[in-house]
Amino acid sequence: MHKLKPITPLGSDTPRQDVIGTITITEVVDQALASVAARTDQGATVRDAMSDKTGLALPDVGKSAEVGPYSAFWMGPDQWMITAAHDSHELLAAELKSSLGDKASVVEQTDGWCRFDVAGAALCDLFERLCNAPVRTMKPGAAIRTTAEHLGVFLQRLADDRIAVFGPRSSAGSLHHGLVAAARSVA
Amino acid sequence: MIINHPLLGPRDAQEFTYLGDATLINRPDWQSENALNAFHDYLYLRDNPAGEHRELWYHEQGDRSWLVVTRNTMTHEILNVELAHDVAKAAAAERSAQ
Amino acid sequence: MTNGNRLNGGLIDRSTNLNFKFDGKNFSGFQGDTLASALMANGVRLMGRSFKYHRPRGVLTAGSEEPNALVELRSGGRQEPNTRATVAELYDGLSANSQNRWPSLERDFMAINDRFSNFLTAGFYYKTFMWPKAFWEKLYEPVIRKAAGLGSLTGEDDPDAYDKGFLHCDLLIVGAGPAGLAAALTAGRAGAQVILAEEDFHLGGRLIAETGALADVSGADWVAQTQAELAGMGNVRLMPRTTVFGAYDHGIYGAVERNADHLAMPAEGKPRQTLWRIYSKRALITTGAIERPIAFENNDRPGIMLAGAVRAYVNRWATTPAQSLVVFANNDDAHQTARDLIAQGVKVPAIVDTRPDAPDVEGTEVLKGAEIINTSGRLGLTSVQVRTDKGFTRDLHCEALAMSGGWNPNLGLTCHQRGRPVWNADIHAFVPGEEGLPVGQIVAGAAKGDLTTDAALQGGANAAVTALSDLGITATPADLPAAQDAPVSLSPFWHVKGAKRAWLDYQNDVTVKDVKLAHQENFTSVEHLKRYTTLGMATDQGKTSNVGALAVMAELTGKSIPETGSTIFRPPYTPVAMGALAGRAVGKEFHPTRLTPSHKWAEEQGAVFLEVGNWLRAQWFPRKGETHWRQSVNREVLQTRNSVGVCDVTTLGKIDVQGADAAAFLNMIYANGFAKLPVGKVRYGLMLREDGVAYDDGTAARLAEDHFVVTTTTANAVLVYRNMEFVRQCLCPNMDVQLISTTEAWAQYAVAGPNSRKLLQKIVDPEFDISNEAFPFMACGEITVCGGLRARLFRISFSGELAYEIAVPTRYGDGLMRALMEAGEEFDVVPYGTEALGVMRIEKGHATGNELNGTTTALNLGLGRMVSTKKDCIGNVLSRREGMNTPDALALVGLKPVDAKDTLPAGGHLMNLTGPVDAAHDQGYVTSTAYSPILNSSIALGYVKGGFDRKGEQLRLVNPLEGQEVLVEIVSAHFVDPEGEKLRA
Repeated sequence: MHKLKPITPLGSDTPRQDVIGTITITEVVDQALASVAARTDQGATVRDAMSDKTGLALPDVGKSAEVGPYSAFWMGPDQWMITAAHDSHELLAAELKSSLGDKASVVEQTDGWCRFDVAGAALCDLFERLCNAPVRTMKPGAAIRTTAEHLGVFLQRLADDRIAVFGPRSSAGSLHHGLVAAARSVA
Repeated sequence: MIINHPLLGPRDAQEFTYLGDATLINRPDWQSENALNAFHDYLYLRDNPAGEHRELWYHEQGDRSWLVVTRNTMTHEILNVELAHDVAKAAAAERSAQ
Repeated sequence: MTNGNRLNGGLIDRSTNLNFKFDGKNFSGFQGDTLASALMANGVRLMGRSFKYHRPRGVLTAGSEEPNALVELRSGGRQEPNTRATVAELYDGLSANSQNRWPSLERDFMAINDRFSNFLTAGFYYKTFMWPKAFWEKLYEPVIRKAAGLGSLTGEDDPDAYDKGFLHCDLLIVGAGPAGLAAALTAGRAGAQVILAEEDFHLGGRLIAETGALADVSGADWVAQTQAELAGMGNVRLMPRTTVFGAYDHGIYGAVERNADHLAMPAEGKPRQTLWRIYSKRALITTGAIERPIAFENNDRPGIMLAGAVRAYVNRWATTPAQSLVVFANNDDAHQTARDLIAQGVKVPAIVDTRPDAPDVEGTEVLKGAEIINTSGRLGLTSVQVRTDKGFTRDLHCEALAMSGGWNPNLGLTCHQRGRPVWNADIHAFVPGEEGLPVGQIVAGAAKGDLTTDAALQGGANAAVTALSDLGITATPADLPAAQDAPVSLSPFWHVKGAKRAWLDYQNDVTVKDVKLAHQENFTSVEHLKRYTTLGMATDQGKTSNVGALAVMAELTGKSIPETGSTIFRPPYTPVAMGALAGRAVGKEFHPTRLTPSHKWAEEQGAVFLEVGNWLRAQWFPRKGETHWRQSVNREVLQTRNSVGVCDVTTLGKIDVQGADAAAFLNMIYANGFAKLPVGKVRYGLMLREDGVAYDDGTAARLAEDHFVVTTTTANAVLVYRNMEFVRQCLCPNMDVQLISTTEAWAQYAVAGPNSRKLLQKIVDPEFDISNEAFPFMACGEITVCGGLRARLFRISFSGELAYEIAVPTRYGDGLMRALMEAGEEFDVVPYGTEALGVMRIEKGHATGNELNGTTTALNLGLGRMVSTKKDCIGNVLSRREGMNTPDALALVGLKPVDAKDTLPAGGHLMNLTGPVDAAHDQGYVTSTAYSPILNSSIALGYVKGGFDRKGEQLRLVNPLEGQEVLVEIVSAHFVDPEGEKLRA
């Protein structure tokens, strides 16, 4: 076990949580991320291999999927983001690459992103102040890439009252500020 | 404006970066005899029509697809949207068939 | 003061008394009042001064079209100029001041302008302030600027928060009058996603301003009942206090919701206003109609109002402008004003009707075929002079006048995509044209020209059915109450003949006389008329004035009104506060901030930070006793060159390139070749634009046959990625290659200096041999550090020293920096910032953005031979153009002062030792300068014509702007380690 201590995207030892009115904003740091892009004409093969390895049916445009420790959302044509628990799958990219071989390009994305899970009844009121995504019509399982606070983000609707936001890690502070300000507006 | 992305559906033009004339897909052969002239024309001689225009837009805040958008520059009406990747593949196939 | 003009009834809550101040005087009103209605109830008629002539003015309208009653609302940082008293909701403690007057509203010094009105006519500025030219900047402009404008800005920061957001709907309905409410009921019941936006704080439009709009129920009751039903529907969003100000492409509308303008200040954390971007599939414009005035001599005195506005004050706000009021009109509609007032016990001495066949009204005298030819009363109306149909003149005493020249459909939003209104001869007004309506927009009700309540209700419901059927939603028109359906009875009448100072545009002081002058000077087109007279400009955008002026011009030119033209409107419909447009993006949240992985650690060290794009990078790390930044930078440079330094270089763009054709792809995007780069090696790469100009450089590391990591400059990371996607998708669509950015995923540090290897050997796990033999210059590899953490190591150097870049997953970046500092203690390791980085790269002659400045080619950079002729790449062909390959092309060289004590100014130009200093004799220019602590001298990089062959030559470095001239010598750009021995050590 190496001796380096990690810090969170917001620069602390422990993930941050804010409760504003009925809204809870939680910094999520326990997920490993890897992007999987099918090589030319290998889309079907990659879907099969991913299904064999993880049980995940790689989702279609605008969707996400979840099985066991794994979840996935659509990023672009023949490209997905896979997530799994960091504790048990810190080397997720290597793990996937070993199953997919030269059928796919796999890239570690774990620390490319910060993630905030936003929960509460006023979820849609909050997000319609941050992004142009049609959050009210996004059902659980929907995922979209959009902008919030001038940042490129992914939104993944986890449940009726929960949305995960993935933003660029270096701008975690700005994204967090936007989420908190919007939460205060609607609280 | 709203661009009807072939994969993602209607998306705000704010999410896109504009490049220009879609003829930029048809890059000349660098080894052809008149390559210098061909590249000059390719890069500098573009139509700027008042009316229907095929343009390249990049979905930078989305799925990173380049799109070929056929747009009326007078009314902003968008008549067709294609994935540039598909357009380029078709053009390449046509070139190699010749 | 007392509420002397307060009447019975109305939609005000008399149990909630609100105290407020106007020009320092205390007043009181009720919940539900506007500032205008409350002042009116208190007997105040004088509310402002006009723009040009400083004429005393009162309220003209009861809505957002108000041109006169503009006030400064609130104080301190919240002070807001040019606020219309007619839409400012009263709250307890409200404080407003009149504007455009000094020293007081009653005694205004600048009212002298009114005496000189003969000189201050249309085009006055254009004609008067032409000569002498020199006077313009020094005299005319400052004086005019001081006198111009209405209210004043606070000068303090706005303490309130503004928000913004995005809404989606099937049907956006703009305006909650009879048409809008009927449409909302219809669409809401059909299950469509509906947004109903209303600029007023009370829904209902004219339904709450009229007494007899509906047959069997009061307008207010039906509105309340409808509002309750709509509020209960989950699919309908009611948005009162929301102005839809612009119609943009493809169904996008801009709106401002005034969340807290009706409060003394917003609640903690809440926004004052919210800017909404509304995505609508269909939009229904039910914005009603705006009444138009009649132009007659001195028709602008306080107390002279629009007839429909008077009814709104009487019926909705239970207040009358005065105890005795005359009506002046050309239509039946205005007669209702008299009836409503009489019913409330207000005296109406007469109705002056321009129509000889006007109907009679019980309780007052109707002077048929008569006109008002003048008025009296300095600070408020005292009487009107009437010319009867027989030509007799009659004085009528009154303190208010209700006038009506008919109604204009409110076309604002229908024109925002250059929709041209068309003339409707039945109602003598412009209505929306078919052509040019924004995509997906439908108009209904009075906005369309259906001026009766019944037609508005039916039209609204039917329009909703039509709009929804386009979307595949079946709706049936809502059942609607029986309503007033008397046809419009109006005979066009625009201005009283012979009148001169008869106001058309109250806000800009444009009179009939000004239009005549414009005509006389041949400014007859509508667009010229507007610019010449300023008609229709400023905060009201001519809502009450445009059509009247057009009618006068039509008369002068002998053409019909539609032949004369029409004006169209642009966004915004009403003024929008800059704060609302900025939203949350203010102060340090103006743009996102990007922090490097070592930011927290650098802050602890007291680093000084520099904004580089959105990034904050450590610029230098001051130590105790250092008083000048140069001391810190020199120390960082010397310590790095003498031992070892560490710099956070995470901000460089990192792009992961994989695929069977990854190498071929890099060959395409870089000028130089990558196909033969072995796995485990890094190569410098130069990127060209298609026109052959160099635009970015960096390195590509080959981690596997089918896997590279490309680095870009910090500034171009986004652009390079975009261009690479363009090449991948559009130019090389059959290549097997996949791209993704990993800039943020890895914390990357440069470890540079002769002791860098020794330091890294303490960090890198021992199973990885990083000796010079095993890991030579330009090697790269995946390793582990600190007992097993995955990492990447690159032996590359920007400083010119033996150097490495080491990368770990970002979350461990802070830990790695601390570990490097701890392990480096024995070597006296130093953290260095961007300044030291800059000094060292200049010493080494490495190009950055200063050198890759958008005009320079590979040849200019001395990298001409890098552009491979054996393969295609972006920019390859055009870089070979003749003009870019001349022998005297600019060449990147080093420059040092002949006298080592001299400082080289940045940005100067180079001239030969003799000869003139001018552009024709220019020999090149300086791109970067620094003080080199190693050389104890100021040094520079720059471009010199044919410079590669001019080493040793002396030039003058000049900056004529600052009068600087320094003698310099051309040297190699590689000031330190020109042979690269340190790099390979």
